[in-house]
Amino acid sequence: MSGVPFLLPVDWWALGAVIALSGGAMALLLLEFLPHGPESNRAALVSLVTLLAAGASVFVVRDSRRALFDGMFVHDGITVFFTFLFCAIGILSVLLSWDYVKRTRINRTEYYALLLSSTLGMVIMAGSNDLITVFLGLELMSLALYVLVGFRRSHLESNEASLKYFLLGAFASGFLLYGIALLYGATGTTNLQKMTAVMSDSPMLENPLFVVGALLLVVGLGFKVSAVPFHMWTPDAYEGAPTSVTAFMSAGAKAAGFAALVRVGLSTLGAVRTDWVPVLSAIAILTMTVGNVTALLQNNVKRMLAYSSIAHAGYVLVAIVAGGRDGASAALFYLAVYSLMNLGAFGILTLLGRGTEERVLVSDLAGLGFRHPGLGIAMTVFMLALGGIPPTAGFMAKVYVFGVALKAGLVPLVIIGVLNSVVSVFYYLRITVAMYMEEPQAEPTHVSWAVPGALAVLAAVALTLWWGVQAHALLDQAQRSVLGGM
Amino acid sequence: MTILFAGLAAVLVVSSLMVILHKNPVTSALFLVLAFCSLAGIYLTLQAEFIGMVQVIVYAGAIMVLFLFVIMYLNLGRDVETGIQIAVRRGLGWIVGAVLLAEGAVMFGRRWGLGPVTPGPSRPPVGNTQALGQILYSRYLFPFEVTSMVLLVAMVGAIVITRGQERARRESMGTRAGARGPGGRPPRTHAEEAVAEPGLAPAAAGEPEEQASVAGSARP
Repeated sequence: MSGVPFLLPVDWWALGAVIALSGGAMALLLLEFLPHGPESNRAALVSLVTLLAAGASVFVVRDSRRALFDGMFVHDGITVFFTFLFCAIGILSVLLSWDYVKRTRINRTEYYALLLSSTLGMVIMAGSNDLITVFLGLELMSLALYVLVGFRRSHLESNEASLKYFLLGAFASGFLLYGIALLYGATGTTNLQKMTAVMSDSPMLENPLFVVGALLLVVGLGFKVSAVPFHMWTPDAYEGAPTSVTAFMSAGAKAAGFAALVRVGLSTLGAVRTDWVPVLSAIAILTMTVGNVTALLQNNVKRMLAYSSIAHAGYVLVAIVAGGRDGASAALFYLAVYSLMNLGAFGILTLLGRGTEERVLVSDLAGLGFRHPGLGIAMTVFMLALGGIPPTAGFMAKVYVFGVALKAGLVPLVIIGVLNSVVSVFYYLRITVAMYMEEPQAEPTHVSWAVPGALAVLAAVALTLWWGVQAHALLDQAQRSVLGGM
Repeated sequence: MTILFAGLAAVLVVSSLMVILHKNPVTSALFLVLAFCSLAGIYLTLQAEFIGMVQVIVYAGAIMVLFLFVIMYLNLGRDVETGIQIAVRRGLGWIVGAVLLAEGAVMFGRRWGLGPVTPGPSRPPVGNTQALGQILYSRYLFPFEVTSMVLLVAMVGAIVITRGQERARRESMGTRAGARGPGGRPPRTHAEEAVAEPGLAPAAAGEPEEQASVAGSARP
C-alpha cells in the first residue's frame, strides 16, 4: 500500500473526452443561472461544441496506447473507436433533439446536461479496464437515461417507461454488482488483465464463485444491451421515451453495453471461451428469434424498432460468440452501422407530428412517401439497411458478422441468423409498403420540418449508403482498433 | 474472532431478512439500521476502523434518518399495528432507556477529566485512514471522480423529476388533447383526471399560448 505514489502521473490528453464531457455537462448546469428564453438554442449549441471537442481531443491522441490510473482506464484502439462512435451518436441526437424538444415543450438545459452525462458514462464504459469502472460508467449512463426517458413528465407513457426502466435497471445493476463482487472473491482483483493472469495460473471453472460471478456479469450487461430474456423493459421504455431520447439510447446504450462485453470477452472470458459458447449462443439465438418474431406483430413503429433493436443485439452477440479479434472487429463494425441506421429511423419519427402529438403508428406513415419524397426515400434506405439488403451498410455488417461466425465454425448460429434476417425483411418492408402503397385513413401526418433534424437524417442516409459501398474504410478502422486494443 | 464474525454475520443476515419480510416500513428501516451496524462490526473485525465508523455515521446515521423521514411523511406505518403489544413495547423502551442511562452514568463517573485515562499505544506511522486516503487519491482517483459525477447526475435527475411538477401540470392541458390523437395509445381517462386538476384552469388562462395550443390540438 505504501508502494503507491501519492499522485500518479496522468496523461491528460488520453482523458480528453472524459474531461470535455464532464466539463460540458457541468457548464450547462451553471449556464442555467443566466436568463434565457424558452426557445433558446444555447444548451444545444454548448452540447454540440462539447461533443465536437471530446471527439477532437481523442483524435489528437488516436494512435497512442496508454493505461491510466494503474490500469483503471485504458486508452487504446477500442476506446478511441467507441469514443468516436459515442460522440457521433451524441451529435446526431442533439441535432435530432434540437427542434423536437421545443415542439414537445421539454426544452430544458438539464435535458442536454443529462445527454452529455450519459455519453460520458458510455465513454467510461468503453475505456474501462476494471470492473469497478465498468460499473460506474454503466450507472452514470443509466441514471441519466432513466431521467431522460421520463422527461415528458406530463405523459403517462413516459412516466411508466421511466419507472419500469429504473426498477428493472436497478435490479440488473444489483446483479452486475453482485457478479463483480463474486469475481473479486474468486480472483482477488477487479482488473481485467490481472483477472486473466490469475485465471491462466489456476483453472477457475471448478470455482463456483467464478462461474456464478461471470454469469451474473453476463446478466447485468445483457440487460443493458436488451438481450432476451432480459429484454422486457425495452419496448415500453423505447415507446414511452421522447423519440429523440429513444434514438439516443437505442444506439448509445446498446453500443456501450457491447463495448463492455467486447472488452470482457477479449480478455477475461476469452480465456475460457469454449465454456461460454453454449451459454452465449443460446442467448444469441433467443434474442434474434424473439426480437424478430415479436416485431412482426407490432403496429407502433417505435415498438417495432424496439423489438428490431433486440434482434440486432442478437446479431452482435453472434459476433461476440465467434470471439477473438475477428469477432470483436465484426461486433464493432456492426455496432457502428446499427447505431447509424437506428438513429436515422428514429430521427425520421422525431419529425412526424405537430406540437406534442406523436404520430408513430404504421398507419400514420401511410402515403408519406408521395407527400414527402425525401422522407420516404430516407426511411426506405433505413428500412432496407436494417433488413440487411445489399446496397446498404446493413448488408455489409451482416455479411461480415456471419462470415466471422462461419469461420469460427458456428454453422447453426449462422443458419438461424440468416433465417431471422429473412423474417425481419417482412416487417421492415411493411413500413415501406405503408408509405408508398396505402392511403391515409384519417388526417395525413403533419411533418414538422426542422433544419438540424433533417441534417442529421441526411448525414445518416449518406453514411449508410457510403459504408454500404465502401465498407472497407470502416472495417479497416474496426480491425485496427481491435488490434490496438489487445 | 471467528465467533465474533459468525455472530455479527448471523445478526446481519437475520436483520436483512427482516428488512424485506417485515410489514411495517418503520420497523424495516430500523432493522436496516441494525444491519448497517452489524456490517460496521464486521468491518471492525477486519481492522478497517475508518470504514466501520463511516458506515455507522453515514449509513446508519444520515441515510437512515432520511429514510425514516420519508416513511413518516408518507404515513405508511399507521394502520399496520401487529406484533408486540404497545405495553410490552413501552416496557422495553423503559428498560433500554434505563440501561443507556446507567451506562452513561458509569462512563461519566469513570472518564471525567481531560484526555484519556490510560495512555494509548503510540500511533502507527501510516494509519488506516491515511492509507485509505492515499489509495483513494492515487490508484482509485478515477472511479472516485466518476462517482462524484454519478452523484451529480442522480441529484440533477431527482430535481428534474420533482421540480418540473408545476410546469408539467400546466402543460398537461395541452397534452391532454394530444394524447387523444391517433398517435398515442387509447386515452386513459381516470389518469388524465388525476393529472389535470380542475383548479388549474384559471392559471392556464393567464397564458395565451397555452390556450392557443389547447384549441389547436383539440381539433380532430
